[in-house]
Amino acid sequence: MTPLLELQGLTRRYSGLVAVDAVDMQVMPGGVHAVIGPNGAGKTTLFNLISGLVPPSAGAIALAGQDVTRLAPDRRAALGLGRTFQNIRIFSGMTVLENALTGLHARLGAGLLPTVLRLPRFKAEERGAVVRARAALDLVGLAAKADWRAGALSYGDQRRLEIARAMAPEPRLLLLDEPAAGMNPAETEGLATLVRSLRGSTTVLLVEHDMGFVMDISDRVTVLNFGKLIFEGMPAQVRAEPAVIEAYLGHKVAARLAAGAKAGVRGAG
Amino acid sequence: MPPWLDDFLWTYQNLVHALGINGLLALSMYVVLAVGQLSLGQAAFMGLGAYSSALMTLKLKLPFLLVLPLSAVVPVAFALAIGVPTLRLSGVYLAIATIGLGEVLRAVYLNVDLFGGALGLSGIPERGEAWMIYGLLALAVLALWLVGRSGIGRAMEAMREDETAAQVMGVPVGRYKMGALLASAVLAGLAGCLSAHVSSFIGPNEYGFEPAVTILSYVLLGGIGTPLAPVLGAWVLTLLPELLRGFSDIRLVLNGVIIVLAVLFLPGGLLGMRMKRRAA
Repeated sequence: MTPLLELQGLTRRYSGLVAVDAVDMQVMPGGVHAVIGPNGAGKTTLFNLISGLVPPSAGAIALAGQDVTRLAPDRRAALGLGRTFQNIRIFSGMTVLENALTGLHARLGAGLLPTVLRLPRFKAEERGAVVRARAALDLVGLAAKADWRAGALSYGDQRRLEIARAMAPEPRLLLLDEPAAGMNPAETEGLATLVRSLRGSTTVLLVEHDMGFVMDISDRVTVLNFGKLIFEGMPAQVRAEPAVIEAYLGHKVAARLAAGAKAGVRGAG
Repeated sequence: MPPWLDDFLWTYQNLVHALGINGLLALSMYVVLAVGQLSLGQAAFMGLGAYSSALMTLKLKLPFLLVLPLSAVVPVAFALAIGVPTLRLSGVYLAIATIGLGEVLRAVYLNVDLFGGALGLSGIPERGEAWMIYGLLALAVLALWLVGRSGIGRAMEAMREDETAAQVMGVPVGRYKMGALLASAVLAGLAGCLSAHVSSFIGPNEYGFEPAVTILSYVLLGGIGTPLAPVLGAWVLTLLPELLRGFSDIRLVLNGVIIVLAVLFLPGGLLGMRMKRRAA
C-alpha cells in the first residue's frame, strides 16, 4: 500500500537551530495518527512543512505518491490536504457558512468570466458548494448556526468550525494542530467523539499535548524530541517506551521508574 | 436637454468630470485593498495612462475610441513588472515599491523631452465625454459587485482577514494579488486617459505622492465593504472643497479634520456594511 503521506529526511534549520531534523515518517491511509513530543520538539514546524507554509531545508514530502515538496500551500490543498491551526484562524468577520465555503475554494473551477456573467456553470457550482459546506457544518454540529458571524461563536465552536472548514472539500489527509488546546474536559470528550467520527471519511494526522486524548483516539503515535523522531508505535507501546519517558520526564525519573516494579507512565502531558 | 441643465453642466463640467474620474480612481485603490494589499501606485498608473494616451492622440493621431482601451496597456505592463517581485513578499513592500515608481516616473516626465518636461503636455483635444466616464464607472462598479458576491469575492475577503489561512484553504493568493493589481492598473490607466482628454493639459506633478494619498483617503473614508463605498468616499472628498469654498482659508484644515473624524468614528467607512452573499 502506498503511504498517504511520506516524509523523507525532512529537515528544517533556523539559524543555529534544527527545528526538524531528518525526519522519516509514513502515514498510512485510514485511522488517526498522532505526533507528540515536549514543547519545542518541532511538531508545529513539521505541520508547517507538510502544509507548505515553511520550505524545507532538506528532504522530501510526498502526498499519495506525488512529490509536493516544492508546491505552494494552495496547490497542496487542491491535492487533498486540509489543516486546522493551533491558534484559531477562522475568518471571524464572515458567516459560519462562508467560512466553510472558503474551505471549498480549491474545488471551484468557474473562472472570472463565467462568474461575472453568472453563467449556468457558475450557478450550479455555487449551489453544489453550499450543499457540501452545509454537510460539513452538520458533521461538527454547527448547521443551526450557519448564518452566525463566525467571530460570535464560542471558543469550542470556533475550533469545530475550523474542522468543518478543513473537512468541507473532503480532504484525503486532515492535519489537526492541537485541536484540544484550551478546551475543558467536556469539550475535549466531544472533540474525541468528533475525531472518531471522521475515521471513515479521511485520514487524521494530529499534534496534541493532551495525552489522555491522544492515547484515547490514536491508532499510531510518533514521538519527536529536539526535532528528531525518537519513537513510533501503538499508543500502548509509546507509554512503556523508556526513550519517550526520558524525553518527557528527564533521565533521572526515567531511570527511577525503570528501576521500580512497573514503568506505567500515564498522563505525562 | 433643458437649457437650465445644459447651463448647469457647462458651469460645473469640471466638477462633473472630476467626480466620475475620482470614482474610477477610488475603485482602482479598492480592488487592491480588497485582497488585503496596500499599493500607492494608483496615481502612477493614472499618470502612465494619461501620458501614453496623450502621446497616442497628439503624435500618432489615433482615434479616441482606440486610444481609450490602449491607455490600459502601459500601466498593466508596469504593474506586472512591479508586482512579480514585490507580491511574493508580505507587508509594506508593495506600498514602498509603488511610491518609488511614482517618484521615478515623475523624474522621467520632468527630464525627458518627449513628455514635455516641467511644462507637461498641452493642447490635448478634449475628446473625453461625461457619458464615457460614467459608463465606465457604472460598468466597473457592476463587475466588481458581481465578483464580490461570488466565491472569488469570498476568497478575497478571506485573504483580507487571514492570508495564510486562506492559502491553506486552497485560495491561490499569489494569482489573486496579481489579478487585483492588474485590475487596479487598468482602472487607473483608463481614468488617466479620460482625465487627460477632458482637461487638455497634463503635468508631471499631478501623479506624484500627494494624489496617491488622496486616492487612498477616498477609500479610507468610504470603506471597502462594497464597491459603492469607495465611490461615495471619492464623491464626498471631491465635493467637499467645493462646498467649503466660503471657508477658503481653512479649507484644507476642514478637509483633514473630516478625514480624521471618519477614521476615528467610522472605522468601516461611511458605508460600512459588507457584501451580502445569498446562501442558495
